[in-house]
Amino acid sequence: MTKKVKLSDLTDMFKDLGNVEALEGVTIEGDIELDISGGGGLNPALAYALGHETAQISVHLANIANMLGYPVGQAFAGMAGVGIGGMAAPTAGITAPARLNKLIPSKFEVKNVEEWKHTIQEVTLGATSADGGSRKSTVTLGGENSLPFYFDTEMPHRNYVTMDVFDMPIGMAKAVKMNYEDVINDPAEWAKKVVRDFNADMVTIHLISTDPLINDTSAREAAKVVEDVLQAVDVPIVIGGSGNPQKDPEVLEKAAEVAEGERCLLASASLNLDYARIAKAANDYGHAVLSWTQLEINAQKELNRKLMKQCDVPRENIVMDPTTAALGYGLDYAYTNMERIRLAGLMGDEELTFPMSSGTTNAWGARESWMVSSPLKQDSDWGPREYRGPIWEIVTGLSLALAGNDLFMMMHPTSVQVVKEITQTLFGLKEEETIDITNWIGAEV
Amino acid sequence: MKLNSPLQAYKFLPGTNCGECGEATCMAFASHLIDRSLKLTDCTPILDDKFKKKYAELDALLAPEIREVEIGVGDHIVKIGGDDVLYRHKLTFFNQNALAYDVWDTMDEADLVARVEQIRDFRKFYVGEFLQLDMIAVRSISDDPKKFADTVKKVMGTTDLPLVLCSFNPKVLKAGLEVAGDKNPLIYAANKDNWQEVADLALEYNVPVALFAPNDLDMLKSLAKTFLEMGMENLVLDPGTFPTGKDLRTTFHNFLKIRRAGIEGDRDIAFPIMAVPLTAWMAHDDPVSASYWETVVASVFTIKYGDIMLLHSIEPYALLPEMHIRDTIYTDPRKPVTVDPAVNDVGSPTADSPVIVTTNFALTYYTVESDLSSNGIDCYLMAVDTDGIGVEAAVAGGQLTAAKVKKGLEEAGFDLKEKTSHNTLVLPGLAARLQGDVEDEVGANVMIGPPDSGRIPGWMEKNWPPAKK
Ligand code: B12
Ligand code: SF4
Repeated sequence: MTKKVKLSDLTDMFKDLGNVEALEGVTIEGDIELDISGGGGLNPALAYALGHETAQISVHLANIANMLGYPVGQAFAGMAGVGIGGMAAPTAGITAPARLNKLIPSKFEVKNVEEWKHTIQEVTLGATSADGGSRKSTVTLGGENSLPFYFDTEMPHRNYVTMDVFDMPIGMAKAVKMNYEDVINDPAEWAKKVVRDFNADMVTIHLISTDPLINDTSAREAAKVVEDVLQAVDVPIVIGGSGNPQKDPEVLEKAAEVAEGERCLLASASLNLDYARIAKAANDYGHAVLSWTQLEINAQKELNRKLMKQCDVPRENIVMDPTTAALGYGLDYAYTNMERIRLAGLMGDEELTFPMSSGTTNAWGARESWMVSSPLKQDSDWGPREYRGPIWEIVTGLSLALAGNDLFMMMHPTSVQVVKEITQTLFGLKEEETIDITNWIGAEV
Repeated sequence: MKLNSPLQAYKFLPGTNCGECGEATCMAFASHLIDRSLKLTDCTPILDDKFKKKYAELDALLAPEIREVEIGVGDHIVKIGGDDVLYRHKLTFFNQNALAYDVWDTMDEADLVARVEQIRDFRKFYVGEFLQLDMIAVRSISDDPKKFADTVKKVMGTTDLPLVLCSFNPKVLKAGLEVAGDKNPLIYAANKDNWQEVADLALEYNVPVALFAPNDLDMLKSLAKTFLEMGMENLVLDPGTFPTGKDLRTTFHNFLKIRRAGIEGDRDIAFPIMAVPLTAWMAHDDPVSASYWETVVASVFTIKYGDIMLLHSIEPYALLPEMHIRDTIYTDPRKPVTVDPAVNDVGSPTADSPVIVTTNFALTYYTVESDLSSNGIDCYLMAVDTDGIGVEAAVAGGQLTAAKVKKGLEEAGFDLKEKTSHNTLVLPGLAARLQGDVEDEVGANVMIGPPDSGRIPGWMEKNWPPAKK
């Protein structure tokens, strides 16, 4: 589209557009014909304000007029904000497009968040011989003063991973199982393997065989397994029950007793079991408590309050598990629940200033992580599950790391490695050579 | 937006409570403006000439802090940006981040078409709709304008998906725009060296433009300011995505800083942000590692403020988590995701077809429904009103009970004895403990299905029709 316009029409045109005071009294002399090509050159906001056609022409003319020294820029500025019914009105301050020859210098500035005045409680797991335990290393969680990896303040401790070990063979996704076939009947060997081969910072021993509906293993026998694991590895450990609310207090009491002084994490106290017994076991034998609620911030506050006030658990012995739902299966709740908990903690809610733990292994419950292929015919091919499973666990864990989670309970060695890599990268532990991305477009990848 | 209470918005409305907007009062409408669930144009009276000034003022006050940028035309238009908050629970995030996958101008034609088709057609059913990919990014590796234009043409011949035209060479970009200029592509990118020419192109073709200043926020802001001054508002900011080590940490900080400044009112930097996880491929040689790391970087920047991203891997194990994490982050946390309680037909059920019981939580319902329909199972699917809670949580929380099942059948007017030959209900495996109660309450036989509805087809083979008692 090409339009011919006479420069002398300019004043008339502007007159039709309304009060353009800056142009009043300006007459343009001459009678030159201009070619105005369509298709481009107009400020979309202005186009709205002025009506498309006219805008195209006027913008071009304005450019010319500008060069001739007419103050049209101001004229346009004055006109911005003239909304046409039904159209979005432009925001104020738009000036006519004028080609600039120099960048407008600018300084980027942003403030730190002021309301993050509180520190997340530090909790140390594991005790060395100096502290009456037998661990070679300890893990300290918490201590944050801002959201994870933010620039507002340094994050004092990196994220840690505790890998799952079970006291009996259990059903596992194939991709997970492959890694444990040689140790599946021996929790101590299993524990050794995850520390030695898979770089686990900690080990979680799940005493699931104690469930009356599974093997109903006695608390005493289960405690032996805990002793074996403590013998086999020298990292801090988490002791998990079966999830059976009637049996767990007894099992965890016994386990706490045999692990006296090792500063284990007892998993878990929850509102639907006798949390007071678990709290007492932790206090009596020098352990920390995992305070587990199901995706509900108020329930989390309630349980923490009860542990502190009713059961006298010291603040430095509480870790929270606000529940992890897998990617695609409620991670939106889990993510936001954790983010809200952490923000509330940083802003001073004393019932929520505790480090958090995630049962990231839950990701393996999502069908995307374990099914051979989609059960839906309309879906595109899901590709090999060997690669789908670990990345499902990774993305689930990583999301929660960004929401404020400190400790990850995980299963697949690749997932552990990658979650560690990304969290330690964001934390600032990873030195890598700078990759020059200035010309990334042309990269042959 | 600059308003934080309905009252502030109310002042600008006509105040007649005429109801045209579908709300009973102007005040009710005002509250929907504040939570952004209705648009100002839904109030038709205010479009009248006599309210012109108020309309314009209110519209400007309601504009989101982060500008909204549109890419593409027609049905496939992609909108990015438009956010008002830093945390999704404070409102919700708007306009999910656009996923653009790359092709390049040195590909041979057959590969190119095949790749574009794969990107175009990839889909996964989830909660009642398909998750899909949004855009194609065409990269100029050859630096040859003609080759680039040919590639763009070929892509356009294969798909209507919106495009990102990628080159730092204005001549190459121009060649691309000559072909795709009327499709409103995003041009990538203006940097400190080429910005004038790229600005000319963006103005000439009236297209959105990305600004690239790797790890230099002063420069990025400077570019944005300059482009704004030249009349361009459809800007996308790329602070550079460094894929590894401390540089990645810095990149993360840059994203946080830009968005925080934008939400806090620095208009010069309040634009959508672009991440380029594709740079992961510059750090890893092995394709699985590269693909994994790319997905990881994409996830980080989906969660923290990336509004559009350029990606390379189209392996399903990269695409599926990328689509799901953005759905996770962009799902409106305020909405209970439910379907209407009812007994629905799946396929063409007869009196011999099973009656499957599930909940009205949309994720549950659609998962079950699609498992059934895609496997060609004809049945009645009953969505019990569990207040939008999934099976296991509803059983635990008391929203899925025998009484609820009975009530659901009654309200749907579904008489089991009349409608079926078997008088049988199939309950989810995770609701097994309700079996006895439901049998008593409803007076029907109750069978327990598998825990995962994906397993229903196999279960049916063994268990359906039920043995006659
Ligand atoms: C998200 C979630 C929530 C959300 C629920 C949101 C919602 N709209 O549903 C919220 C935060 C509200 C929640 C709350 C609670 N939750 Co909850 N929650 C979960 C979580 C993380 C995921 C559940 C989910 O969405 N799954 C995905 C959906 C699609 O699965 P589904 O509905 O079961 O459907 C599948 C199958 O059932 C089957 N299926 C469905 N229909 C049919 C039909 C037939 C015929 C067949 C054969 C199969 C079938 O196929 C479907 C696809 O796989 C799980 C833990 C986990 N990771 O699984 C805990 C979990 C379900 N919650 C639990 C609990 C205890 C609760 C609370 C009681 C906690 C509390 N003390 O307050 C409350 C109850 C709230 C209420 N009911 O009012 C427990 C249940 C334990 C139990 N077995 O009794 C779980 C298992 C966590 C745990 N390990 O303790 N929860
Ligand atoms: S349409 Fe406008 S004037 Fe009428 S009730 Fe709604 S907000 Fe008020």
